Amino acid sequence: MDLQGFGHLLISGTWITIQLALSSLLVGLVFGLLGASAKLSKNRLARWLGTGYTTLVRGLPELLLVLTIYFGGSQFLMWIAGFFGYDEYIEIGPFVAGVAALSIAFGAYATEVFRMAMMEIPKGQWEAGLACGMSTPRTFFRIILPQVWRLAIPGLGNLFQVLLKDTALVSVVGLNDIMRQSQVAISSTKEPFTFFLVAALIYLLLTAATTGFTMFMERVANPAGRGHSS
Amino acid sequence: MSWEWGVIWQYIPRLLDGAWLTLELVLVSGLIGIALAIPLALMRASSRTWVKAFPFLYIYFFRGTPLLVQIFLVYYGASQFEAVRESFLWPVLKQPYWCAIIAFSLNTAAYSAELFRSAIQAIPSGEIEAAEAMGMSKPVQIRRIIMPRAFGIALPAYGNEVILMLKGSALASTITLLDITGMARTIIARTYTPLEMFLAAGLVYLAISALIIALFRFMEYRFNRYQYYHHTDTPEDLDPQLRDQHIDS
Repeated sequence: MDLQGFGHLLISGTWITIQLALSSLLVGLVFGLLGASAKLSKNRLARWLGTGYTTLVRGLPELLLVLTIYFGGSQFLMWIAGFFGYDEYIEIGPFVAGVAALSIAFGAYATEVFRMAMMEIPKGQWEAGLACGMSTPRTFFRIILPQVWRLAIPGLGNLFQVLLKDTALVSVVGLNDIMRQSQVAISSTKEPFTFFLVAALIYLLLTAATTGFTMFMERVANPAGRGHSS
Repeated sequence: MSWEWGVIWQYIPRLLDGAWLTLELVLVSGLIGIALAIPLALMRASSRTWVKAFPFLYIYFFRGTPLLVQIFLVYYGASQFEAVRESFLWPVLKQPYWCAIIAFSLNTAAYSAELFRSAIQAIPSGEIEAAEAMGMSKPVQIRRIIMPRAFGIALPAYGNEVILMLKGSALASTITLLDITGMARTIIARTYTPLEMFLAAGLVYLAISALIIALFRFMEYRFNRYQYYHHTDTPEDLDPQLRDQHIDS
């Protein structure tokens, strides 16, 4: 395939896509853990908030989230900042809007994965941690979370693939990712099929790499190798 | 923040117009998708390598690339070739509506085929052996045993796929179609009230997904009735003539 010298553009777009996906993954995992803790909490308000979050976000198109945050986010943030006496203009760039939208969407699905994984951990583990004199947060981080990882990684791997593909949506609001850069290349070469096919192949490469990495992580998170993680 | 409820009320009829297009896209491409997915799933569940190869590659490509790329490949990509532009297909391929239908159908076919395949493989092998023992040929087995069983097993997961399609249909707005998202974007270009209009659009999406979930719950209850069956003892004092009716109900 002849890329007519636009290869470097596609590579820079790929780098942006990877950055976007990884940043959204990190923030999304935090949302997911918070959501799962809220849903499993004893506090009724927290449970209600968690359920509301997952139900709402899982019913909304990701594109709508991206558009809402990009076009409405600054208005919303300025309204919040107004309460703290800050009246300057706040601008949200496509990258930040993309990370926000994708991590909110990822977090909603990850909440369910973490919740399932947390419910799999026997209650005796909590009790044992407390009996050893650990505080609840310490039990969570030392005893529960490492086991949750092992159970959650296959599910999270699938979600990360979805996230990776959803990064393409951020090109709609002007982020210079793979999609956007292929469109730039197309506008001068007039070869839409070639460049979108190359873009598709790059995404395929990235998702294939993710599959490999997930399998590797599954092995790392399960040192005992008892084969429970499938 | 200035918040205008009036704008939402004023434009909600336009959003509902968009909702029709969204529903149409989901329904039409969903049906075409199922029609494509069934042969793909049957081929994918085969034990012969050369039969499995094509559906494997097809599913791998469509599940591994973003829907946006697939839509753009059909809508913009097709025009690159002189042969396509001069063929009888061009009147279809130059319309964004049909391009969206084609892209969505091909995409959902890949996901549904994978669902159906796992459903086919989840059928207890004893049932298929039983069908074989009854002397059914492969086509009869597929028609009478495999398809109805796989349908029941795949139903809950297929409900999720329809919700994902609904969310994916928002991408139709990127090729100028006026679905819910597309409508919201045109209205915002005129009124500049992004938060209000996107909120309203989001509510329409939520309402549609609630409807789809309810529909699939109902279908599951109906087609997988054996899972919901609760045995009730026949009352001793029941009129003997009513006895059979009671057992049936």
